Amino acid sequence: MTAPLLEVQGLTRHFAVKRGLVFSRDAGVVRAVDGVSFRLDRGETLALVGESGCGKSTTARLVLRLIEPTAGTVWFEGQDVTAMTGEPLRSLRKRLQIVFQDPFASLNPRMTVGEILEEPLIVHGIGDARSRADRVAALLGQVGLAAYHAQRYPHEFSGGQRQRIGIARALAVEPSLIVCDEPVSALDVSVQAQVINLLKDLQRALGLSYLFIAHDLAVVKHMADRVAVMYLGQIVEIGPAAALFANPRHPYTRTLLAAIPRPDPHRTHVQAVATGDVPSPMNPPAGCRFHTRCPLAVDRCRTEMPVLGAVGDGHSAACHRSAELPPLDAETAAASAPAAARRLALYAARRAEALATTVSATS
Amino acid sequence: MPDPILRIEGLRTVFRSSNGDVAAVDGVDLSIARGKTLGIVGESGCGKSVLSLSVMRLVPPPGRVAAGRILFDGNDLLSLPPKKMRAIRGRRIGMIFQEPMTSLNPVYTAGEQIVEAMRAHDPRASAPDLRRRAVAALDRVRIPAPARRFGEYPHQMSGGMRQRVMIAMALACEPDLVIADEPTTALDVTVQAQILDLLRVLQRESGMAIVLITHDLGVVAEMADDIAVMYAGKVVEHAPTAAIFDDPQHPYTLGLLGSIPRIETRTDRLLAIEGTVPPPFDPPPGCRFNPRCVFADDACKVEMPTLRMLGTEHSVACHHAPVEAT
Repeated sequence: MTAPLLEVQGLTRHFAVKRGLVFSRDAGVVRAVDGVSFRLDRGETLALVGESGCGKSTTARLVLRLIEPTAGTVWFEGQDVTAMTGEPLRSLRKRLQIVFQDPFASLNPRMTVGEILEEPLIVHGIGDARSRADRVAALLGQVGLAAYHAQRYPHEFSGGQRQRIGIARALAVEPSLIVCDEPVSALDVSVQAQVINLLKDLQRALGLSYLFIAHDLAVVKHMADRVAVMYLGQIVEIGPAAALFANPRHPYTRTLLAAIPRPDPHRTHVQAVATGDVPSPMNPPAGCRFHTRCPLAVDRCRTEMPVLGAVGDGHSAACHRSAELPPLDAETAAASAPAAARRLALYAARRAEALATTVSATS
Repeated sequence: MPDPILRIEGLRTVFRSSNGDVAAVDGVDLSIARGKTLGIVGESGCGKSVLSLSVMRLVPPPGRVAAGRILFDGNDLLSLPPKKMRAIRGRRIGMIFQEPMTSLNPVYTAGEQIVEAMRAHDPRASAPDLRRRAVAALDRVRIPAPARRFGEYPHQMSGGMRQRVMIAMALACEPDLVIADEPTTALDVTVQAQILDLLRVLQRESGMAIVLITHDLGVVAEMADDIAVMYAGKVVEHAPTAAIFDDPQHPYTLGLLGSIPRIETRTDRLLAIEGTVPPPFDPPPGCRFNPRCVFADDACKVEMPTLRMLGTEHSVACHHAPVEAT
């Protein structure tokens, strides 16, 4: 086995919470990320999923070393990211980039798109003015925008186009890993599909790896090769996407899957399985952190914290009762009604035709 | 439809701008029966939120309703004097907003805000009586320990709990109609499932009608009896929920259905819709969807299609529906 592109070991980040203004004192710690380990291979997409407060975004920022870990290591391309300083850390950022969630807040409104895309090249001392301009034009083409867009300002673009600009900026320095922090959750569904397709095309063309942070499991299913499910700062299940979706071995993963509203009016409605809200990460429950919402919790779950254990090939879950979980009924994709299927196929064919003509017209 | 609780006819809501009036809602006809749920689906900028504000007569200036009628239980809301409208708003039509953090007042407790809503419509009620009813309202939305939660501030609550308070407030006066504008969009998926369950149960208990505004086709599939698909200020397709999914007619509806990633299957590429929603101040001539439509021909660029009936309950605004006939 070759060395992974990224290997994270026991990553932990606690935030101290202070009370009081003058004589401030520690009121407790938020265990935002608490002992997270995973690896990511070249050309692979690993998704971190979970609900708000599960620590997925903090994990992403720790990997990029935008914040410092309390404990644990991050190995990237054979180097310990957590021990780097100065020039090596700067050049690391050429290899590790990020696409943010909010395409409105993550682009400087005072800079033209050309300046935004050129800035990382200048920072890293890549090329001269001439070659950088060529690179900007090439980047815009790569993300489905036109070269003349370089003169425009972010406010002249729609949300989906701005997200394309954010992706182009991340690509500018030719990284090997891009952290995508909820890259499509602020977008409308038709535009979201465009951006998902673009990310997949770019991955295929450039051999990129993605650490894909998301809360939408349906999006994750279409993007990820492997999935890690997080709950209150810990990974509760990790495995190949196909195995994890077909046969989830942690009750929380099953809860998440069951809660997704299905666009199928004929499906009999399933009652919500998890009750209550995610507990505060400042005061996580003893034992298994999910036991307060788990339909299967027994006494052992309330006292003893389960650790990740293998449940299949490359598939692990942290649950005392994982072996007892019945196999999940394979959810047969609701076959589209004949009229809908016929029209969707026609739509797809027309769309492929239209795209082929635009491609041949531009080349 | 027998005795609809709400009927919207030819509604046109415009915003004044330097380039003249811009129509956010442009000639919408809809109706909803008592006790039923109408889902209004569309992407940002399609006019679905302005439509709901028009019904409540809460369109912020420089916006105004320029034409049409909004018949609520037989009365045209647009011609009511403000005082009469206030008696209906909150009392007979409740509203649930998307963002429970910004739509609750942070300096009042949850209970005080519910009491305030009830007192506005029942000024003579005694304080203990209002308090008792507010606690009962919190209990109805399955908030544990409602008497204690009565005295808590919004920041002390989770997002799901705050949305329950919003729902308790909207339902406190037992309205006939509730307008829910993206009620679960800001919530985590497990909490969303709980809130949708709650709305279903409360509807069964009280017989209220719900207008559910959302961009999420999964949510409407589970909740709505009928669906109206909006695009650029117009209803482009309107049908019972099953017909929208089994017999979709409008190319935009097809595009939306193709765009959603589904949890049951994994396709290599999603059928996205190319391009973006046109800005309301510069709609394309002809059919507003034509620049993004794979079926568009010259007629679509000139002539705006109107809603026409296909069958008894299914209407669509497309020259080419059904598309396999083209």
